[in-house]
Parts: sequence; structure tokens; C-alpha cells
Amino acid sequence: MKSGLYGFLFAMWALIIIGGGIMVVLLGPFTIQQFGDFHWIIASGIKATIGLILVLIWILILSKLKNWIFKKELNS
Amino acid sequence: MIELIIPAIISCILAFSVVYFTTPPLIKILTKNNFTVKDMNKKESIMVARPGGISIILGIIVSEIVLYGFFQLNEILAIIITTTAAFLIGYVDDRKVMGGWFKPVTLAIAALPIIFLGSYDSSLAFPLFGHVDIPLLYLGLIIFMIPITGNTINSIDVLNGVASGFMVIASFTLSICLFILGNYEIAIVSLPLGFVSLAFYKYHKIPSKIFPGDSGALAFGAMYGTIAIVGGVEIIAAIALLPAVINSFLFLSSVKRIVEHRQIKGKPVEFTTDSKLKATNDKAAPVTLVRLILTNGPLSEKQVGVAIFKLGIFSGTLSVITAFMMGVSL
Repeated sequence: MKSGLYGFLFAMWALIIIGGGIMVVLLGPFTIQQFGDFHWIIASGIKATIGLILVLIWILILSKLKNWIFKKELNS
Repeated sequence: MIELIIPAIISCILAFSVVYFTTPPLIKILTKNNFTVKDMNKKESIMVARPGGISIILGIIVSEIVLYGFFQLNEILAIIITTTAAFLIGYVDDRKVMGGWFKPVTLAIAALPIIFLGSYDSSLAFPLFGHVDIPLLYLGLIIFMIPITGNTINSIDVLNGVASGFMVIASFTLSICLFILGNYEIAIVSLPLGFVSLAFYKYHKIPSKIFPGDSGALAFGAMYGTIAIVGGVEIIAAIALLPAVINSFLFLSSVKRIVEHRQIKGKPVEFTTDSKLKATNDKAAPVTLVRLILTNGPLSEKQVGVAIFKLGIFSGTLSVITAFMMGVSL
């Protein structure tokens, strides 16, 4: 079980790095210009929503990964 | 450089010695006044003094005030105020049974001084890819981060010495990462957390003479979270804390709601005849880090603690690698 935990830790680390990459490369430069003075608020709202969706996807992947790693460990 | 080394040495000595010398009389006072709780991971009925948060917060406040005398940084004030507030929140919870909402809500309020003192940089730094500026979102991150780090450390305070021992590993890792990134002043400001944890570990390690209680665990977690924010090392701090994050993640994904540990009916762990810990088959019990460590067979409390520390060292190594990766750009 302990090797499974190390694998799970490593997977979490990799997901953080990849998630960071998506945030910086795709979300960071995202801007909207057609809403006058409120464009930055709307852009922030969209960024926050996409960020939350990414977190949900991250949790879902971790959940699946957790089940897969630990079931594999228990069967071995 | 000498103007940094002297405050660092003085604050570290103070942080360690205040906790080291005030904890034994605190244990006597707490025991004399019947402020003790049963050690749940012992077969026999052993009563242990609680809360040790009092000596922990003393060590933190004294060392950080001395550092403020040298540096006059708003970041130090933010650390002192937020950590003291977290200690008080935990102290209320140690004395009186509060609802599940109490700690997250009040810890979010405790994070506000960081915003009011302007002790943060609203850009979030990621390894390899650079940083992203999120002025509005970052305020939300500050308000969420302190309850998360506070409760994460609190949730790992399950066995003798684990919370303080894990904090020694995580906080020294964070200090090393801050030095790697060249943020020397905040690195020095972060050192007392490691030394306070180390001094407290002497009395908290198995067999515990004192428990930190919610006041100690929340003070540890809130100070760690505040350092991460004022030092701009949020991602690195989260990585160093991953074993504790896994514990919270496993707990929440099995229970599927935010609840206090005392509200959980099932027992994740039980005793064998030779006083070792063993994972149960209780389906109502939450999945926890300790339960997963025990799935291959019973272990002593000390062996489980060592397994958690090894995971802490592994995630600490990953966070140091991440700190080096911060300097690399794709």
C-alpha cells in the first residue's frame, strides 16, 4: 500500500504542474475588450469559472486514480 | 548578510527555547486543573494534557516580535495576527464543542489581516510556465487558504507526535524553498515555525505528554498558510503538505460532506491483541491516510508515524524540486 501512496503523491504533484501550465498558458493571457469598463471583471469571472471547472476535473481524476491505484494494490 | 544572520539565529533560539522550557510547566498546570483527554490510540486509559497550543503560540509570538524589531515588515505583523487569531479559534474549540461551520468561517475571518496589511502579491507562480496575475481571485484564495491549511494540519493530528513531526518536515522544507528562490527575509521569518514544531515534538512524540489541541494545530496550519501567501510560494507550500492534503481528500471523498471527526460513527482503526493498530472493515468508517497505511497489516503507532514522516519527506523533496523548477522557463 505504501508504494501506492507514493504513486498517488507523485500523480498529485504532476497534476499540479500540468494544471499550473494550463492556468498560465491558456487562462492567463485571456482578455475581453467589448464590454467597456467592465471587461476585466467579466474576464476575471470567466477565468474563475474555468479555474473552478479545472479544480473539479482535477478532483475527479484524483478520485479515479485513487480507486485504480488502491484497488490494484489490494489485489496484488 | 550579517544583518540577516543575527536576527535569524536569535529568533530560532528564542522560538525553540520558549516552547522547550514553557511546555513542562504547562503540562503540570493543565494536569493539575484536569485539562486532560484520553489518548484514543492506546488500549489502556491514558490521560494526556491538552491544549499545548499555549506554549506553541508563545514561541511563535516571541520570536516573530523579535524579528519585527529587526525588519519592520507588514508580513510579520500579518503572520502574528493571523496565527494568534487561529490559536484563539482553536482554543475556543478546545474548551467548548462548536459546530462544523465554526472553524472554517472564523479562520476565513482570521485571514483578513493579510489582505488589510497588503502583505501579498496577487500573482500566482507556477513551475516551468511562469506566473499568472489574478488580483480579484487572489483575495478569494487568501480567504480559502488559511481555513484549508489550518484544518489540514488539524486533520493529521491523529497519532502521537504526527502533527508536530510533520510540521517540522513541512516548515523546514518551505524555509529551504524560500532560500532557493532568494526570498531571504521571509525565509528567516518562516524558520521559527520549524523550531517551535521541533521543540514541541519533544513532548508530543510517542508516548505523548501533551497534545497540541485544535489551538496548536490551527496555529501551526495558519502560520504555514500565511507564510506561503506572504512569501509567494503557495504552490510549493501545497506540495510540501500533500500527505496531509491526501488525508483530507480521502476523508472528504469517503464521507462526502464537511463534518467534525467526532460526528463520524464508524471506526477506521482498531487494536490488535498486542496493542498494534489495524485497519477495520467498517464500511461506515471514513477512509483515512492511517487506514490506508494499515491495509497491508497491523503496525505499531510509532511505525505508522514513521510512514507518515517518510511521505512528508517525499513530498518535501518534490517541493524542493518544484522550487528549482521555478527558475526554469519553457
